[in-house]
Amino acid sequence: MRVPEPCGPLSEGVVRALTHEPSGPRPVLERAVGDVLDPLTDRDLQLALWTLYELHYRGFDGVDPDAEWDPLLLVSRAAMERVFEHAVRALPTDADASAEQDVVMALTRMTVREGPSDLARFLERHATRDEFVEYLSLRAVHHLRESDPHSFVLPRLDGAAKVALAELQYDEYGSGRPDRLHQDLFARGLRSLDLSTDVSAYAEKADGATLASVNVMSLFCLNRRLRGAALGHLAAFEATSALPCDRIAKGAQRLGLPEVADYYEEHVVADAVHEQLAIRSICGTLVEAEPALAADVLLGATACLTLDGRAGQQALDGWRERRRHPRRTTVRAAG
Amino acid sequence: MSPRRVSVVECPGGPLLVRGADEVVGIDGVPTQTERAVVALCRCGRSDRLPWCDDSHRARRRSKRNKGSSKDED
Repeated sequence: MRVPEPCGPLSEGVVRALTHEPSGPRPVLERAVGDVLDPLTDRDLQLALWTLYELHYRGFDGVDPDAEWDPLLLVSRAAMERVFEHAVRALPTDADASAEQDVVMALTRMTVREGPSDLARFLERHATRDEFVEYLSLRAVHHLRESDPHSFVLPRLDGAAKVALAELQYDEYGSGRPDRLHQDLFARGLRSLDLSTDVSAYAEKADGATLASVNVMSLFCLNRRLRGAALGHLAAFEATSALPCDRIAKGAQRLGLPEVADYYEEHVVADAVHEQLAIRSICGTLVEAEPALAADVLLGATACLTLDGRAGQQALDGWRERRRHPRRTTVRAAG
Repeated sequence: MSPRRVSVVECPGGPLLVRGADEVVGIDGVPTQTERAVVALCRCGRSDRLPWCDDSHRARRRSKRNKGSSKDED
Protein backbone atom coordinates (compact mmCIF):
# COMPACT_ATOMS: atom_id res chain seq x y z
CA MET A 1 0.00 0.00 0.00
CA ARG A 2 1.36 3.38 -0.97
CA VAL A 3 1.48 6.67 0.96
CA PRO A 4 -1.44 8.89 -0.14
CA GLU A 5 -1.01 12.07 -2.15
CA PRO A 6 -1.10 15.00 0.35
CA CYS A 7 -3.42 18.00 -0.11
CA GLY A 8 -2.23 20.73 2.27
CA PRO A 9 0.34 21.67 4.92
CA LEU A 10 -0.70 19.06 7.49
CA SER A 11 -0.88 16.06 5.20
CA GLU A 12 2.26 17.27 3.40
CA GLY A 13 4.04 17.45 6.74
CA VAL A 14 3.02 13.90 7.57
CA VAL A 15 3.86 12.47 4.15
CA ARG A 16 7.23 14.25 4.14
CA ALA A 17 7.98 12.89 7.58
CA LEU A 18 7.16 9.38 6.43
CA THR A 19 8.92 9.42 3.08
CA HIS A 20 11.67 12.01 2.69
CA GLU A 21 13.40 12.35 5.99
CA PRO A 22 15.57 9.42 6.84
CA SER A 23 16.89 11.46 9.76
CA GLY A 24 13.49 11.10 11.40
CA PRO A 25 10.06 12.66 11.32
CA ARG A 26 9.35 16.15 12.56
CA PRO A 27 6.29 17.27 14.46
CA VAL A 28 3.57 19.00 12.48
CA LEU A 29 3.40 22.69 13.36
CA GLU A 30 0.79 23.53 15.97
CA ARG A 31 0.07 26.69 14.04
CA ALA A 32 -1.08 24.75 10.98
CA VAL A 33 -3.44 22.80 13.23
CA GLY A 34 -4.69 26.08 14.69
CA ASP A 35 -5.52 27.32 11.18
CA VAL A 36 -8.13 24.59 10.70
CA LEU A 37 -11.58 26.21 10.66
CA ASP A 38 -13.81 23.13 10.67
CA PRO A 39 -11.98 19.96 11.71
CA LEU A 40 -14.96 17.82 10.67
CA THR A 41 -14.72 18.78 6.99
CA ASP A 42 -11.08 19.86 6.63
CA ARG A 43 -9.64 17.44 4.10
CA ASP A 44 -6.01 18.28 4.85
CA LEU A 45 -6.39 17.67 8.60
CA GLN A 46 -8.40 14.50 8.06
CA LEU A 47 -6.03 13.06 5.45
CA ALA A 48 -3.07 13.79 7.75
CA LEU A 49 -4.86 12.00 10.60
CA TRP A 50 -5.92 9.11 8.37
CA THR A 51 -2.31 8.62 7.27
CA LEU A 52 -1.06 8.63 10.86
CA TYR A 53 -3.81 6.22 11.95
CA GLU A 54 -3.02 3.85 9.09
CA LEU A 55 0.42 3.32 10.63
CA HIS A 56 -1.43 1.38 13.37
CA TYR A 57 -3.29 -0.83 10.89
CA ARG A 58 -1.25 -1.98 7.91
CA GLY A 59 1.27 0.82 7.33
CA PHE A 60 2.68 1.83 3.96
CA ASP A 61 5.15 0.40 1.46
CA GLY A 62 8.61 1.85 2.03
CA VAL A 63 7.76 3.40 5.41
CA ASP A 64 9.71 2.19 8.45
CA PRO A 65 7.31 0.20 10.68
CA ASP A 66 8.84 2.00 13.68
CA ALA A 67 7.08 5.18 12.49
CA GLU A 68 4.00 3.78 14.28
CA TRP A 69 5.49 4.71 17.65
CA ASP A 70 7.66 7.64 16.62
CA PRO A 71 7.31 10.17 19.47
CA LEU A 72 7.25 13.22 17.17
CA LEU A 73 4.53 11.72 14.97
CA LEU A 74 2.53 10.84 18.08
CA VAL A 75 2.85 14.45 19.26
CA SER A 76 1.56 15.60 15.87
CA ARG A 77 -1.31 13.14 16.00
CA ALA A 78 -2.24 14.28 19.49
CA ALA A 79 -2.32 17.94 18.38
CA MET A 80 -4.67 17.08 15.51
CA GLU A 81 -6.78 14.77 17.66
CA ARG A 82 -7.33 17.55 20.19
CA VAL A 83 -9.06 19.81 17.66
CA PHE A 84 -10.89 16.83 16.14
CA GLU A 85 -12.20 15.57 19.49
CA HIS A 86 -13.17 19.09 20.53
CA ALA A 87 -15.28 19.46 17.38
CA VAL A 88 -16.85 16.01 17.87
CA ARG A 89 -17.78 16.87 21.45
CA ALA A 90 -19.39 20.10 20.22
CA LEU A 91 -21.75 18.24 17.85
CA PRO A 92 -25.37 19.10 18.63
CA THR A 93 -27.27 16.32 20.38
CA ASP A 94 -30.35 15.95 22.53
CA ALA A 95 -28.95 12.86 24.22
CA ASP A 96 -28.44 13.95 27.83
CA ALA A 97 -26.37 11.39 29.68
CA SER A 98 -27.27 12.76 33.10
CA ALA A 99 -30.96 12.43 32.29
CA GLU A 100 -30.64 9.00 30.68
CA GLN A 101 -31.25 6.34 33.27
CA ASP A 102 -30.79 3.61 30.76
CA VAL A 103 -28.16 3.74 28.02
CA VAL A 104 -29.86 0.86 26.18
CA MET A 105 -33.08 2.84 25.93
CA ALA A 106 -31.20 5.97 24.89
CA LEU A 107 -29.33 4.17 22.09
CA THR A 108 -32.53 2.53 20.89
CA ARG A 109 -34.35 5.86 20.87
CA MET A 110 -31.52 7.66 19.05
CA THR A 111 -31.25 5.02 16.34
CA VAL A 112 -34.99 4.42 15.82
CA ARG A 113 -35.43 8.14 15.29
CA GLU A 114 -33.12 7.99 12.30
CA GLY A 115 -35.49 8.36 9.39
CA PRO A 116 -35.48 6.28 6.25
CA SER A 117 -32.27 7.10 4.45
CA ASP A 118 -32.67 9.18 1.28
CA LEU A 119 -29.21 8.05 0.25
CA ALA A 120 -30.12 4.35 0.48
CA ARG A 121 -33.37 4.95 -1.39
CA PHE A 122 -31.47 6.80 -4.12
CA LEU A 123 -29.01 3.92 -4.47
CA GLU A 124 -31.85 1.40 -4.52
CA ARG A 125 -33.92 3.06 -7.22
CA HIS A 126 -32.13 5.78 -9.11
CA ALA A 127 -28.32 5.60 -8.97
CA THR A 128 -26.53 4.98 -12.25
CA ARG A 129 -23.67 2.51 -12.33
CA ASP A 130 -21.20 5.43 -12.16
CA GLU A 131 -22.94 6.94 -9.15
CA PHE A 132 -23.02 3.55 -7.44
CA VAL A 133 -19.30 3.12 -8.07
CA GLU A 134 -18.71 6.57 -6.64
CA TYR A 135 -20.61 5.53 -3.51
CA LEU A 136 -18.51 2.36 -3.17
CA SER A 137 -15.35 4.46 -3.57
CA LEU A 138 -16.41 6.73 -0.70
CA ARG A 139 -17.32 3.79 1.52
CA ALA A 140 -14.12 1.90 0.64
CA VAL A 141 -12.10 3.96 3.14
CA HIS A 142 -14.26 2.47 5.88
CA HIS A 143 -15.14 -0.98 4.55
CA LEU A 144 -11.62 -2.07 3.51
CA ARG A 145 -10.72 -1.69 7.21
CA GLU A 146 -14.14 -2.67 8.50
CA SER A 147 -14.16 -3.80 12.16
CA ASP A 148 -10.41 -3.41 12.57
CA PRO A 149 -10.65 -0.27 14.76
CA HIS A 150 -12.85 -2.07 17.27
CA SER A 151 -10.41 -4.93 17.69
CA PHE A 152 -8.17 -2.41 19.48
CA VAL A 153 -10.92 -1.97 22.08
CA LEU A 154 -11.08 -5.63 23.16
CA PRO A 155 -8.14 -5.57 25.60
CA ARG A 156 -9.56 -2.38 27.12
CA LEU A 157 -12.72 -4.08 28.36
CA ASP A 158 -13.57 -6.59 31.06
CA GLY A 159 -16.14 -9.31 31.53
CA ALA A 160 -19.46 -9.40 29.68
CA ALA A 161 -18.78 -6.41 27.39
CA LYS A 162 -15.50 -7.98 26.26
CA VAL A 163 -17.16 -11.34 25.57
CA ALA A 164 -19.95 -9.68 23.58
CA LEU A 165 -17.56 -7.55 21.50
CA ALA A 166 -15.50 -10.66 20.72
CA GLU A 167 -18.69 -12.43 19.64
CA LEU A 168 -19.59 -9.55 17.30
CA GLN A 169 -16.07 -9.31 15.90
CA TYR A 170 -16.00 -13.08 15.26
CA ASP A 171 -18.97 -12.62 12.95
CA GLU A 172 -17.42 -9.56 11.27
CA TYR A 173 -14.30 -11.62 10.69
CA GLY A 174 -16.21 -14.37 8.90
CA SER A 175 -17.35 -16.71 11.73
CA GLY A 176 -14.38 -18.99 11.10
CA ARG A 177 -14.62 -18.78 7.30
CA PRO A 178 -11.95 -16.69 5.54
CA ASP A 179 -14.21 -16.39 2.48
CA ARG A 180 -16.82 -14.57 4.62
CA LEU A 181 -14.49 -11.96 6.16
CA HIS A 182 -16.58 -8.82 5.75
CA GLN A 183 -13.79 -6.49 4.63
CA ASP A 184 -12.82 -9.07 1.99
CA LEU A 185 -16.44 -9.33 0.81
CA PHE A 186 -16.24 -5.62 0.11
CA ALA A 187 -12.86 -5.99 -1.65
CA ARG A 188 -14.38 -8.75 -3.79
CA GLY A 189 -17.13 -6.35 -4.82
CA LEU A 190 -14.51 -3.75 -5.81
CA ARG A 191 -12.53 -6.33 -7.78
CA SER A 192 -15.66 -7.40 -9.65
CA LEU A 193 -15.77 -3.82 -10.96
CA ASP A 194 -12.03 -3.75 -11.75
CA LEU A 195 -11.51 -1.21 -8.96
CA SER A 196 -8.45 -0.95 -6.74
CA THR A 197 -8.44 -2.54 -3.29
CA ASP A 198 -5.67 -0.21 -2.09
CA VAL A 199 -7.35 1.88 0.59
CA SER A 200 -4.90 4.78 -0.01
CA ALA A 201 -6.32 5.24 -3.52
CA TYR A 202 -9.70 5.98 -1.93
CA ALA A 203 -8.46 7.98 1.07
CA GLU A 204 -6.57 10.47 -1.10
CA LYS A 205 -9.69 11.15 -3.17
CA ALA A 206 -12.20 11.22 -0.31
CA ASP A 207 -13.63 14.51 0.94
CA GLY A 208 -13.03 15.74 4.49
CA ALA A 209 -16.44 14.71 5.81
CA THR A 210 -15.98 11.13 4.58
CA LEU A 211 -12.49 10.90 6.09
CA ALA A 212 -13.77 12.36 9.38
CA SER A 213 -16.51 9.70 9.53
CA VAL A 214 -13.81 7.01 9.30
CA ASN A 215 -11.16 8.72 11.42
CA VAL A 216 -13.57 9.19 14.31
CA MET A 217 -13.52 5.40 14.80
CA SER A 218 -9.73 5.38 15.07
CA LEU A 219 -9.86 8.39 17.40
CA PHE A 220 -12.25 6.50 19.69
CA CYS A 221 -10.71 3.04 19.33
CA LEU A 222 -7.00 3.91 19.59
CA ASN A 223 -7.43 6.04 22.73
CA ARG A 224 -8.32 3.83 25.69
CA ARG A 225 -9.87 6.84 27.43
CA LEU A 226 -12.49 6.97 24.65
CA ARG A 227 -13.53 3.27 24.74
CA GLY A 228 -17.07 4.20 25.72
CA ALA A 229 -17.40 6.40 22.63
CA ALA A 230 -15.93 3.63 20.48
CA LEU A 231 -18.68 1.25 21.55
CA GLY A 232 -21.46 3.83 21.36
CA HIS A 233 -20.35 4.50 17.79
CA LEU A 234 -20.41 0.78 17.04
CA ALA A 235 -23.92 0.42 18.47
CA ALA A 236 -25.30 3.34 16.46
CA PHE A 237 -23.61 2.08 13.31
CA GLU A 238 -24.94 -1.46 13.61
CA ALA A 239 -28.43 -0.34 14.59
CA THR A 240 -28.78 1.86 11.51
CA SER A 241 -27.21 -0.54 9.03
CA ALA A 242 -29.61 -3.40 8.20
CA LEU A 243 -32.44 -1.36 6.64
CA PRO A 244 -30.16 0.77 4.39
CA CYS A 245 -28.11 -2.31 3.43
CA ASP A 246 -31.33 -4.00 2.28
CA ARG A 247 -32.00 -1.07 -0.08
CA ILE A 248 -28.41 -0.82 -1.29
CA ALA A 249 -28.33 -4.59 -1.98
CA LYS A 250 -31.45 -4.16 -4.13
CA GLY A 251 -29.77 -1.27 -5.97
CA ALA A 252 -26.71 -3.44 -6.65
CA GLN A 253 -28.98 -6.22 -7.99
CA ARG A 254 -30.81 -3.70 -10.16
CA LEU A 255 -27.49 -2.64 -11.70
CA GLY A 256 -26.32 -6.23 -12.18
CA LEU A 257 -23.57 -6.17 -9.53
CA PRO A 258 -23.97 -9.52 -7.72
CA GLU A 259 -20.65 -9.44 -5.84
CA VAL A 260 -21.48 -5.99 -4.47
CA ALA A 261 -25.01 -7.10 -3.61
CA ASP A 262 -23.53 -10.06 -1.70
CA TYR A 263 -21.66 -7.68 0.64
CA TYR A 264 -24.77 -5.64 1.42
CA GLU A 265 -27.04 -8.69 1.63
CA GLU A 266 -24.70 -10.23 4.21
CA HIS A 267 -25.02 -7.07 6.29
CA VAL A 268 -28.80 -7.12 6.46
CA VAL A 269 -28.99 -10.31 8.53
CA ALA A 270 -25.61 -9.87 10.23
CA ASP A 271 -26.24 -6.33 11.41
CA ALA A 272 -29.71 -7.17 12.72
CA VAL A 273 -27.81 -9.50 15.10
CA HIS A 274 -24.96 -7.06 15.74
CA GLU A 275 -27.39 -4.30 16.65
CA GLN A 276 -28.74 -6.36 19.54
CA LEU A 277 -25.27 -7.40 20.65
CA ALA A 278 -23.84 -3.88 20.41
CA ILE A 279 -26.65 -2.04 22.17
CA ARG A 280 -27.52 -4.56 24.87
CA SER A 281 -24.65 -6.96 25.40
CA ILE A 282 -21.81 -4.49 24.77
CA CYS A 283 -22.93 -0.95 25.68
CA GLY A 284 -25.48 -2.05 28.28
CA THR A 285 -23.03 -4.20 30.22
CA LEU A 286 -20.17 -1.71 29.77
CA VAL A 287 -22.16 1.08 31.42
CA GLU A 288 -23.39 -1.28 34.12
CA ALA A 289 -19.75 -2.03 34.98
CA GLU A 290 -18.50 1.54 34.40
CA PRO A 291 -21.40 4.01 34.82
CA ALA A 292 -19.05 6.96 34.24
CA LEU A 293 -18.75 5.91 30.58
CA ALA A 294 -22.46 6.51 29.83
CA ALA A 295 -21.88 10.02 28.49
CA ASP A 296 -19.13 8.87 26.14
CA VAL A 297 -21.27 5.98 24.86
CA LEU A 298 -23.89 8.51 23.82
CA LEU A 299 -21.20 10.82 22.42
CA GLY A 300 -19.98 7.97 20.20
CA ALA A 301 -23.52 7.29 18.99
CA THR A 302 -24.06 10.99 18.20
CA ALA A 303 -20.74 11.15 16.35
CA CYS A 304 -21.65 8.12 14.23
CA LEU A 305 -25.14 9.30 13.33
CA THR A 306 -24.04 12.87 12.59
CA LEU A 307 -20.78 12.29 10.72
CA ASP A 308 -22.02 9.32 8.66
CA GLY A 309 -25.22 11.23 7.97
CA ARG A 310 -23.35 14.33 6.79
CA ALA A 311 -20.96 12.39 4.56
CA GLY A 312 -23.87 10.50 2.98
CA GLN A 313 -25.97 13.62 2.52
CA GLN A 314 -23.07 15.40 0.87
CA ALA A 315 -22.68 12.58 -1.67
CA LEU A 316 -26.41 12.59 -2.36
CA ASP A 317 -26.48 16.39 -2.76
CA GLY A 318 -23.61 16.11 -5.24
CA TRP A 319 -25.48 13.59 -7.41
CA ARG A 320 -28.68 15.62 -7.30
CA GLU A 321 -26.80 18.80 -8.23
CA ARG A 322 -25.11 17.04 -11.12
CA ARG A 323 -28.46 15.81 -12.40
CA ARG A 324 -29.84 19.34 -12.31
CA HIS A 325 -26.77 20.75 -14.07
CA PRO A 326 -25.32 17.84 -16.01
CA ARG A 327 -22.62 19.87 -17.74
CA ARG A 328 -21.39 21.71 -14.67
CA THR A 329 -18.51 20.13 -12.81
CA THR A 330 -19.61 19.16 -9.34
CA VAL A 331 -17.86 21.04 -6.58
CA ARG A 332 -17.99 19.39 -3.22
CA ALA A 333 -18.91 21.57 -0.28
CA ALA A 334 -16.05 20.24 1.77
CA GLY A 335 -12.71 20.74 0.13
CA MET B 1 -16.35 -32.87 24.49
CA SER B 2 -19.31 -31.52 26.43
CA PRO B 3 -22.46 -30.79 24.41
CA ARG B 4 -22.65 -27.25 23.07
CA ARG B 5 -24.87 -24.92 25.04
CA VAL B 6 -27.78 -23.41 23.14
CA SER B 7 -29.40 -20.29 24.57
CA VAL B 8 -32.23 -17.98 23.57
CA VAL B 9 -32.46 -14.31 24.59
CA GLU B 10 -35.60 -12.24 24.06
CA CYS B 11 -34.86 -8.69 22.87
CA PRO B 12 -37.60 -6.27 23.91
CA GLY B 13 -39.35 -5.00 20.78
CA GLY B 14 -36.93 -7.02 18.65
CA PRO B 15 -35.91 -10.53 17.65
CA LEU B 16 -34.93 -13.65 19.59
CA LEU B 17 -31.17 -14.00 19.80
CA VAL B 18 -30.20 -17.67 19.55
CA ARG B 19 -26.70 -18.88 20.32
CA GLY B 20 -25.52 -22.30 19.23
CA ALA B 21 -28.18 -23.12 16.61
CA ASP B 22 -27.23 -25.28 13.61
CA GLU B 23 -30.54 -25.01 11.79
CA VAL B 24 -33.87 -23.31 12.17
CA VAL B 25 -37.09 -24.82 10.85
CA GLY B 26 -39.39 -22.08 9.59
CA ILE B 27 -43.20 -22.03 9.75
CA ASP B 28 -43.21 -23.44 6.22
CA GLY B 29 -41.38 -26.49 7.58
CA VAL B 30 -38.24 -25.72 5.61
CA PRO B 31 -35.02 -26.02 7.61
CA THR B 32 -32.41 -23.26 7.12
CA GLN B 33 -28.80 -23.98 8.07
CA THR B 34 -26.63 -21.40 9.75
CA GLU B 35 -22.95 -21.12 10.56
CA ARG B 36 -23.28 -17.96 12.62
CA ALA B 37 -22.50 -18.28 16.32
CA VAL B 38 -25.49 -16.04 17.07
CA VAL B 39 -28.59 -15.58 14.94
CA ALA B 40 -31.55 -13.23 15.33
CA LEU B 41 -34.96 -14.82 14.69
CA CYS B 42 -37.79 -12.58 13.51
CA ARG B 43 -40.69 -12.26 15.96
CA CYS B 44 -42.79 -9.61 14.21
CA GLY B 45 -43.30 -11.55 10.98
CA ARG B 46 -42.32 -8.56 8.82
CA SER B 47 -38.91 -9.83 7.77
CA ASP B 48 -38.26 -10.47 4.07
CA ARG B 49 -35.67 -13.03 5.11
CA LEU B 50 -37.58 -15.31 7.44
CA PRO B 51 -36.72 -16.93 9.74
CA TRP B 52 -33.99 -14.30 10.24
CA CYS B 53 -34.61 -10.78 11.55
CA ASP B 54 -33.83 -8.10 8.95
CA ASP B 55 -34.67 -5.13 11.19
CA SER B 56 -38.08 -4.57 9.56
CA HIS B 57 -39.54 -4.13 13.05
CA ARG B 58 -37.65 -0.82 13.12
CA ALA B 59 -39.36 0.38 9.96
CA ARG B 60 -42.69 -0.42 11.62
CA ARG B 61 -41.77 1.51 14.72
CA ARG B 62 -40.74 4.50 12.64
CA SER B 63 -44.00 4.37 10.65
CA LYS B 64 -45.93 4.68 13.89
CA ARG B 65 -43.79 7.58 15.01
CA ASN B 66 -44.13 9.33 11.67
CA LYS B 67 -47.88 8.80 11.52
CA GLY B 68 -49.42 11.91 10.05
CA SER B 69 -46.32 12.74 8.05
CA SER B 70 -46.98 12.90 4.34
CA LYS B 71 -43.58 11.45 3.50
CA ASP B 72 -43.94 7.88 2.36
CA GLU B 73 -41.96 5.37 4.32
CA ASP B 74 -40.75 3.01 1.65
